[in-house]
Amino acid sequence: MDSHNRLINLKNINYQYPGGKTVLDQLNFSLLQGDRIGLVAPNGSGKTTLLHVIMGLLKATSGMVEIFGKQRGQEKDFSDVRRRIGLLFQDADDQLFSPTVIEDVAFGPLNLGKSKQEALDISRQTLDFLGLNGFEDRITYKLSGGEKRLVSLATVLAMQPEVLLLDEPSNALDNAMKARLIRILQKLDLSYILISHEFDLLSQTTDQFYTMAYGKIFKDEHEHVHTHQHAHHIGGQPHKHT
Amino acid sequence: MIPESFAQGDSLIHTINPQLKTALALVYSLVLAFSSNVIILLAGLITSLCLVLIARLPLKDVLKRLSVLIGFLGLIWLLMPLTYPGEAIIKFGIIKLSLPGLGLALQISLKSTAILMALMALLATMPVATLGHALRNLGLPTKLVYLLMITYRYLFVFEQAYQRLIRAARVRGFTPGTNLHSYRTYAYLAGMLLVRAWSRAERVSNAMKCRGFSGKFYALNQFDPDSRNWPFGLIMSVIILTLATVEIWIRITVS
Repeated sequence: MDSHNRLINLKNINYQYPGGKTVLDQLNFSLLQGDRIGLVAPNGSGKTTLLHVIMGLLKATSGMVEIFGKQRGQEKDFSDVRRRIGLLFQDADDQLFSPTVIEDVAFGPLNLGKSKQEALDISRQTLDFLGLNGFEDRITYKLSGGEKRLVSLATVLAMQPEVLLLDEPSNALDNAMKARLIRILQKLDLSYILISHEFDLLSQTTDQFYTMAYGKIFKDEHEHVHTHQHAHHIGGQPHKHT
Repeated sequence: MIPESFAQGDSLIHTINPQLKTALALVYSLVLAFSSNVIILLAGLITSLCLVLIARLPLKDVLKRLSVLIGFLGLIWLLMPLTYPGEAIIKFGIIKLSLPGLGLALQISLKSTAILMALMALLATMPVATLGHALRNLGLPTKLVYLLMITYRYLFVFEQAYQRLIRAARVRGFTPGTNLHSYRTYAYLAGMLLVRAWSRAERVSNAMKCRGFSGKFYALNQFDPDSRNWPFGLIMSVIILTLATVEIWIRITVS
């Protein structure tokens, strides 16, 4: 395998919580250029922990973390990782801390050493790309849940990352917002890992399924055929599924 | 949720540069706080009232906000004349109302009402976010400014967290009373809120790190100069200077 294409490479990763519970156990995983991975696994199986180990927010107890071809161990190794990999947090309230939307989106670019004007330009472009024109001066804590989610995606995209890690991005979104998110993800030309429990989102935005169990991550090769229950506005009338 | 209802508006004061307003509010409050002459304080009260009127704040809301202060002042009117030593003007048996006590109560009332109204007109007419920027541009250390802004930002989140907890308690039949069970429940709520605040702080700090934060904040805002700033600043400065000068002059001639 060409190591140049290998963006993330984890070998024999162990992670134990201070209390002693093992969350990641000899985990091996790699993300290649262009991969769009959907990660589906039960709560508490270590999905978020995995993303945080990749970002260096949690330090693996043992094992090798290799990102963009370099082994990463110390805090300073990860500053480069964090500017090239964007993590969308589960709770948008964790991500948005600036008073206004434009300030929050420009926070990352400014930290990367961009000038004020550059940071503003990038932020406006990112907001435009997400269809958030006119949101610049909105107050972050007064946004609706869905808007908060899109703005926090903007804060991540404004860093112009090469890889995205999305931790349940469709959490608590209504259908219209979800459809919007799907369209955005389809437009992005990025490699990403997307954690979700929603198969309709995953099937439209990812190419491979992975799952986690016993502290390990597995590729799910099977195409799952399943039935599901649902309700329609026009439930009583004959209708077609597309 | 804390509604910033005064921050919206299109009055003259709303369009004045926030930095100028903040600086004026600071100096004006200090001058009033150090003044003791009733005439000066009355002049201050009138000035503040004018500011409120110019800012076109809804008077009903202004009174509502003042009522908090008025409750506190009531206590002072009750205590000061009774406890402050000095010449008594009225005596009922052992109860004496002291003249200097009454004077002090009057001073405190005028001062605090005038300052509060000025702050409503000058500071509450901008969103807290803008106030933060204004303070930073005035030279307040960035750390303090961000402490203020992040506190304000997450107050809402904590309020929601508290509401969620209290709702969870209520739906299971919790009714507060004066008993050990209630105290314990409130202690749990407070403890839970602290723990959640801690983990929230950790997550926010992680999110900041992920976006390249390394301890330095950069400011985006710059306030546009407005041609109305000069006259407003000038008039306010003249008023403040006059109040201060007259106060000092009275003090010198009296002593």
